[in-house]
Amino acid sequence: MNIMIDVKDIDSKATVKVKGEIDAYTAPKLRETLFPLSEQQNVHMVVDLSEVSYMDSTGLGVFVGLFKSVRSHDGEFRLVGLSERLRRLFDITGLADIIDINSNAEGGVK
Amino acid sequence: MESRENLEEKYREALSNYLKEQTEQALYQGQKYSRKTIEHKISPEEIISFHKSTLMDTYEDLPDEVLHSLDFLLEVMMGYGIAYREHQNLKHLQQELKSEIEIAANVQHTLLGTNIPKVKDLEIGAISVPARHMNGDYYHFVQDENQCVGVAIADVIGKGIPAALCMSMIKYAMDSLPDHRHFPKSVLESLNRVVERNVDPSMFITMFYGLFDPETHIFSYASAGHEPGFYYDADKKEFTDLTAKGLLLGVEKKTQYEQYEKYVAPGDMIVLMSDGVTECRTSEGFIERKTLIEFIEKNMHLSAQEMVNNIYKQLEKMQHFQLRDDFTLIILKRNV
Repeated sequence: MNIMIDVKDIDSKATVKVKGEIDAYTAPKLRETLFPLSEQQNVHMVVDLSEVSYMDSTGLGVFVGLFKSVRSHDGEFRLVGLSERLRRLFDITGLADIIDINSNAEGGVK
Repeated sequence: MESRENLEEKYREALSNYLKEQTEQALYQGQKYSRKTIEHKISPEEIISFHKSTLMDTYEDLPDEVLHSLDFLLEVMMGYGIAYREHQNLKHLQQELKSEIEIAANVQHTLLGTNIPKVKDLEIGAISVPARHMNGDYYHFVQDENQCVGVAIADVIGKGIPAALCMSMIKYAMDSLPDHRHFPKSVLESLNRVVERNVDPSMFITMFYGLFDPETHIFSYASAGHEPGFYYDADKKEFTDLTAKGLLLGVEKKTQYEQYEKYVAPGDMIVLMSDGVTECRTSEGFIERKTLIEFIEKNMHLSAQEMVNNIYKQLEKMQHFQLRDDFTLIILKRNV
């Protein structure tokens, strides 16, 4: 069980790429790495999940927390590159209606 | 029990034997001795001082360098001695924590306990197994004065003790709902406000709430982001997803939930579960919902309780008896 988190943070535009598994063991690391970024005023945060092979509901908790933190700092939060399985997770939980998971990785990041 | 002096004596004996004759047998004494020192909490540096005094008593003309080197070694081993004692203390603490958690798990079990009610025309089976000590899943049955039965199944996002504590709050909130308001939609809306106000912002709860009316045989339900269950239509012999849209509890204060209704015909079944059921991982990947339906079909001739017990056992076996997530499965079956 391993996770790699790649962060590019330039002028409150945070581009994050996550690789590996997000579960109860790796979620704390993800939260610790990304939370400080989400607390910048007007931050634009894009998290690319295309190389995430597994995510359980603990991971979902991290993203909801990030989303709320970004929103309370008047920022924008997007998730890109979701697999079918991940998409289903966001659909079932109703999160797809409040978090942007539908734009593609390139759009607006650069 | 052997005293320390005794152990020093034993060391002297074992070492002298080995110095006289280097046999396997004599060497083996050393191995046995080391187990004894652990038992009696003799530190590594103490053993070196036994060694030194034995040498000094045995050989009169021992070079000073050898003795000095032993003093040096003793100093070096001191660190190991401290680490060893710390390890012992931690082991003890861990034992204490473990028994505390076991007690907490028992308390939780009592707190969250629910009885499966007797309902006209409806058979109910339920099972809930935590992956670790404490369960982050929760199910609950309530029967109101009109004999309608409410069923709640919930899963805290997060595992272990924090999740379990959170569940106790949900249970308390459900108990304090007014009796006349057990409509699924309003139950979820009031619980959502409780969770939103009280729980840590990165902790969320998924919940499905259903209400069965034994007079009209209508099952009404609503879901807050919960893993969809199945509906079995006995007439068509067909399973469909029991889909209901709705956001997780605790994300947005003013979430409204949609309520759905279904007429439950004789032989029909409602299957509810936590995501621990569909997130069962086997060596070949996740269990597909299709596989789960096959399991249900295979056990359909049994009573509702036997069904959930059997399905759990089969899924547990597929995962080599290692649950990754808490597991809860409920089956409601209308009698024919």
